[in-house]
Amino acid sequence: MTSLPDTSGPGQKKLGLVIDLDTCVGCQACAVSCKEWNTQGYSAPLTDEDPYEANPLGVWLNRIHGYEVEDARGNSRAVHFPRSCLHCEEPACVTVCPTGASYKRAEDGIVLVNPDTCIGCKLCSWACPYGAREYDHDDGVMKKCTLCVDRIYNDNLEPEDRQPACVRACPTGARHFGDLGDPQSDVSKLVAAREGHDLLPDMGYKPVNKYLPPRPRRDASTSPAEPLRLAELAGKGDVMERLFGWLDKVLS
Amino acid sequence: MHPAYSVIFFTTASGMGYGLLALLGLVGAAHGPASTLAFGLTCLAFAFVLIGTGLLASTVHLGHPERTWRALSQWRSSWLSREGVAAIVTFVPALCFGWAWLTPQADHQLVRVLGLVTLVCCAVTVTFTGMIYQSLKTIRQWHHPLVTPIYLAFSLATGSTLLMAIAQGFGRGQVVQSAITAGSLILVLALKLLWWRAIDRDPGRFTMGDATGLGALGEVRQWEVPHTAENFVMNEMGYRIARKHVQKLRRLVVAGLALALALSLVTFARIPALAIPAAVLAAFAAYASAFLERWLFFAEARHVVSLYYGAARA
Repeated sequence: MTSLPDTSGPGQKKLGLVIDLDTCVGCQACAVSCKEWNTQGYSAPLTDEDPYEANPLGVWLNRIHGYEVEDARGNSRAVHFPRSCLHCEEPACVTVCPTGASYKRAEDGIVLVNPDTCIGCKLCSWACPYGAREYDHDDGVMKKCTLCVDRIYNDNLEPEDRQPACVRACPTGARHFGDLGDPQSDVSKLVAAREGHDLLPDMGYKPVNKYLPPRPRRDASTSPAEPLRLAELAGKGDVMERLFGWLDKVLS
Repeated sequence: MHPAYSVIFFTTASGMGYGLLALLGLVGAAHGPASTLAFGLTCLAFAFVLIGTGLLASTVHLGHPERTWRALSQWRSSWLSREGVAAIVTFVPALCFGWAWLTPQADHQLVRVLGLVTLVCCAVTVTFTGMIYQSLKTIRQWHHPLVTPIYLAFSLATGSTLLMAIAQGFGRGQVVQSAITAGSLILVLALKLLWWRAIDRDPGRFTMGDATGLGALGEVRQWEVPHTAENFVMNEMGYRIARKHVQKLRRLVVAGLALALALSLVTFARIPALAIPAAVLAAFAAYASAFLERWLFFAEARHVVSLYYGAARA
């Protein structure tokens, strides 16, 4: 049924990701490990078309954008921005589905596509504001992030591997997986501490995944504006620093 | 949004068919059984062939057309599913009406009831088609209260020009028919101009800052795209058309509708040598306008996801 399950009750499990935009370095490891795992897992295959030609096209469930943010004083910074399914609490991609192939699991809130009943009409991709779904032209069905449903409950994996492939692969710990429905979970505490936010909250889809904003940049109030010149060290500090300071003064 | 020709053909051809069928229902309700078998059969054949080929065309763009029957199951939540159900349900009263309307001895009351039921079913089906688009909050040009009325008005106008052309061909042109055609064409023009004005005035509610949640930190710009080639999202949702082409194509749509309107006015003269070619040409002009309008309906629509790929507003 594409009618949504009632997930409003207390204690409702809401599995999702918390993505730290402060520590993400845009290395693409999460995107690559996602592709690697999911092309042989629940969503298999994630088809590539003409992968070695001039215009390759392929299904990826995670895309890493790069944005520049310029503040009022003209200081700009780069922000790496991973984008994947947010497993919304009120996903329009599910309710528009005419076949029931697109569904939200009542037990943990994961949004999935049943590849055996999807007719490939693509309407769900139109209904999603986040571009989370990619159509597989070869397979004729829609593909999307499964939150690695075939890893997180998989008893054949070591306990530390029972989390989404993207989270496991992240070298900077910028991706966190957990139950955002439980206020005492590590991810919920992290979101509260770092003031994590929703994407496009006004559209009303109530995404479960949260993004942690980049921390404020260091500025003149928190660190020296200019590094000390060696010459200024002359007469200060220990013997070696005074020696280098004297040398710098003589040579420059 | 990428214009898919199968969907454009489906909505315009079926739309014309449903418009014609609805008007035949009205004719039946007003006058009872069809005046001649040949006229009635021709009208019904046009309606059912247009509806049928349109519905078949709508399955062409599917990844798995053999699973189309599954689309009838989720009518509780999905407008697309509701449309599928309505399209199939409509065949029941429509076929009954067709049989009764072609039977000279048929009970006038029965033809009237079946005709009106068919008319309502046609209107409901086209309304559901419009709602598939109007219900999508992600595309502001589509999420507009005029979208479904425009689908209905195009269905009526194209169906009406076709009925006028067939009727003129059989020497059964009537002033009321020409008046309905002219009126529906004026309605389409008015609604379409209002819609264009509305979408042009609205710059879009959301920015790249809203999409990324980084707006509070400052002005957000795209710095690096996530992939070196295009992807499905860019191809499907990022379709763009240059503004100058939009204006040219809009003028063509208006010109086509205006031509159909002028030709429908010619039929008021009741001179067969003039009225027959005028009515036939009007039907072609109206359909061509509808097809171009539907293509533009997609090409002008900007999806919210384009914000992640560099659009300033959506």
